[in-house]
Amino acid sequence: MTQHESTYRPTTRAGQWLDERLPAARLMHSSFVDYPTPRNLNYLWTFGGILSFCLGVQIVTGIVLAMHYVPSDKMAFDSIEHIRRNVNFGWLIRNVHAVGASMFFIAVYIHIARGLYYGSYKAPREVLWILGVIIYLLMMAAGFMGYTLPWGQMSFWGVTVITNLFSAIPFVGQSIVKWLWGGYAVSGVTLNRFFSLHYLLPFVIAGVVVLHIWALHVVGQNNPTGIEIKTRADTVPMTPYATMKDFVGLSVFILFFSWFVFFAPDYLGHADNYIEANPLSTPPHIVPEWYYLPFYAILRAIPSKLGGVVAMFSAILILAFVPWLDTSRVKSTKYRPVYRYFFWFFIFSVLALGYLGGKPPEGAYVYWARFFTAYYFLHFLVVMPIVGVLETPRPMPRSISEAVLGGAGGTPHGATAAPERR
Amino acid sequence: MISAGAFAAVGAAATLWPLIQQMNPDASTQALASTEIDLKPIQEGQAITVIWRGKPVFIRNRTPDEIKKAADTPLADLVDASARNDALPEKAPATDLNRTKKGKENWLVMVGICTHLGCIPKGQSLSDSKGDYGGWFCPCHGSHYDTAGRIRKGPAPRNLEVPPYEFVSDTTIKIG
Ligand code: HEM
Ligand code: FES
Repeated sequence: MTQHESTYRPTTRAGQWLDERLPAARLMHSSFVDYPTPRNLNYLWTFGGILSFCLGVQIVTGIVLAMHYVPSDKMAFDSIEHIRRNVNFGWLIRNVHAVGASMFFIAVYIHIARGLYYGSYKAPREVLWILGVIIYLLMMAAGFMGYTLPWGQMSFWGVTVITNLFSAIPFVGQSIVKWLWGGYAVSGVTLNRFFSLHYLLPFVIAGVVVLHIWALHVVGQNNPTGIEIKTRADTVPMTPYATMKDFVGLSVFILFFSWFVFFAPDYLGHADNYIEANPLSTPPHIVPEWYYLPFYAILRAIPSKLGGVVAMFSAILILAFVPWLDTSRVKSTKYRPVYRYFFWFFIFSVLALGYLGGKPPEGAYVYWARFFTAYYFLHFLVVMPIVGVLETPRPMPRSISEAVLGGAGGTPHGATAAPERR
Repeated sequence: MISAGAFAAVGAAATLWPLIQQMNPDASTQALASTEIDLKPIQEGQAITVIWRGKPVFIRNRTPDEIKKAADTPLADLVDASARNDALPEKAPATDLNRTKKGKENWLVMVGICTHLGCIPKGQSLSDSKGDYGGWFCPCHGSHYDTAGRIRKGPAPRNLEVPPYEFVSDTTIKIG
C-alpha cells in the first residue's frame, strides 16, 4: 500500500530541470506530503515528529554549548558555570539542552509504550521496531556521556558505577574498564573521550533515524485498530492532515518543555551535580538520571554482580525480541480483552521500578524491586507468548474506514477482496 | 583474488589496532611513581586516605580489638577466600595475617575502592557508618567489609585489594 503514485509536479523550469537530475524534492514530497497515512491516527502518533524535533533541539543547543564548554577535569565544572552566568543567553541554551535530554526520554518512552500497546512491532514492522531499539540504546549512551560533562559529583560517580559494570565480564572485564577510562580510575582523560563521543553519537542517531523512517515508509504506518491499510479510502495524505496534527501535538509538548526550562530547570536533575567532582568522596546516595532508574532498580535487585549486570542489559535487549515473543493474531491491544490488563500492569511495574531505583537499596525497597523485576521479565517471556495463544480477540472492524465511519460507510470504493470478519 | 582479500583484511586489522590501543592508559599515566607515606601522625583507631595512581588508598591503624575480631573470624564465614594481596599468590587464603605485614598487623593498607562498582566505602572518619562488621560500609549498593577489609555482606564479590607496599622504615611505607 505504500507504493503510491507521486503527485509531485514541479511548477518551475528550474524545478523540472533539477527533478530530472536529482529528484530530491520528489523524494521529500512523496515521503512527507502525499504519503498516505491511516485516517484514524490519534495523538500518540505525533510523538515520532516530536522525537525528531527533540533530536534537532539537542544538536543545535549542543553545538552552541560546545563553543563555550571546556572538556577538561580542571575546567569543565567552571565552564558550565561560566555558560550559565556570563555567556549571552547561555543560561537558556544550557537549560534547554539539559531539560531537552529529559524531554527526549519522556517522548521516547511514550513512543515505545504506544508501539507496545498497538502491536506496532508485529510483522511486517520488525525491522522498523529493532531500529527503534537501536536508537533507544544510542540515546542512552548519548545521555549518559552528556551527563558526565558538567563534571559534578553525580557525573563523576555515575560514570564510575556505570563503567564498572563492565568489570563484571569474566576474565577481560578489568582490562575493558581500564581501556574505557584510559587510566586506573575515572579521570580527565575519561571526560575528554566522553565529550568526543557525546558529540558524535547524536549524528549516528540521526543516521539511524533515517533508516527508521525509511523502514516505516516501506511497510506503512500502523494505526489504533492494528488493521493494515487496504484501500485508498483508509488513508489521507500526510500533508496537511497528519502534519497539522503533528504541529498541534508538538505545540503542547513545547509548552510542557518550556515550563521546565523556565520554571524548574533543575527539577529533573540532582542537586549533588552542582558540587564539583571529588574522586575521594562518594556522595551517600548515587542515583543516575531519572530515565535510567527502572534499569538501575533491576541491576540492584539481583544479589550478584554479574547477575545484576546481565539482568540490566537483558531488560533492554529483550525489547528487540518482542516481535517474536508476542504470539497474538491481532495487533492492537484495543481488541485484546485479557492482554490489556497485563499490559497496564507492565506499565505500572516499569513506573514502580523507576520509583524504587531512586530509593536506597534496603528493606522493603529491595523486596519490591525483586517482585517487579520478576514481572518485567515474565511479561515478555511468559505472558506475551501464552496470552497471545489463549485469548479470543474482540470482534474487529473490517477496515480502517469502517472503524472510523461506522458500519454503513465501511465498504470502500473499489474494494477487491470480500469483506472479512476476524 | 583470495590473497588480495587477505591483504585487505590484514591491512584493515592493522589499521584498527592503533585506533583501539590509543584508548588504553598512556605512558604518562603508567609512569606514575610510587608514593611514600609517613605513618607517625596516625594514632591508634585512626585512618587516613592517600592517593596512589589516581586511586584512594586506605591506611588504618587498627586497635587490638579490631585485629582480634578479624583474626578470630573463621575462614568459612568469608565470601571471598582469597587474600587479594598483590604481594601474595592468588590462592593465599584471606587470613588477617595475609592481608597485613608480619609484625605490623596493626597497619591495614588497602585500595579504597568497592569491588562492586567502584564507590568509595565509608568508614575512614570516626563519624562514618562502618557497617555490620565494624570495618567499612559502601553506601552505593550496601556492601559491608570487616576490620580486615574483607567483604562479608552485599553485592561486592571480592575483598578490598591490598596494593604492593613495603616498610622503608619503622614508620614509613612506600606504595607501588
Ligand atoms: C541525542 C542527543 C543528545 C542528548 C540526549 C544529550 C544529552 C546531554 C545531557 C544529559 C547533558 C548534561 C546536561 C546537564 O545536566 O548539565 C549534556 C551536556 C552537554 N552536551 Fe549533549 N546531548 C545530545 C546532543 C548533543 C550534541 C549534538 C552536542 C554537541 C554537538 C552536545 C554537547 C553537549 C555539551 C557541550 C554538554 C555540556 C554542557 C552541559 O552540561 O550543559 N550534546 N548533553
Ligand atoms: S559500589 Fe559499593 S556496593 Fe556497589
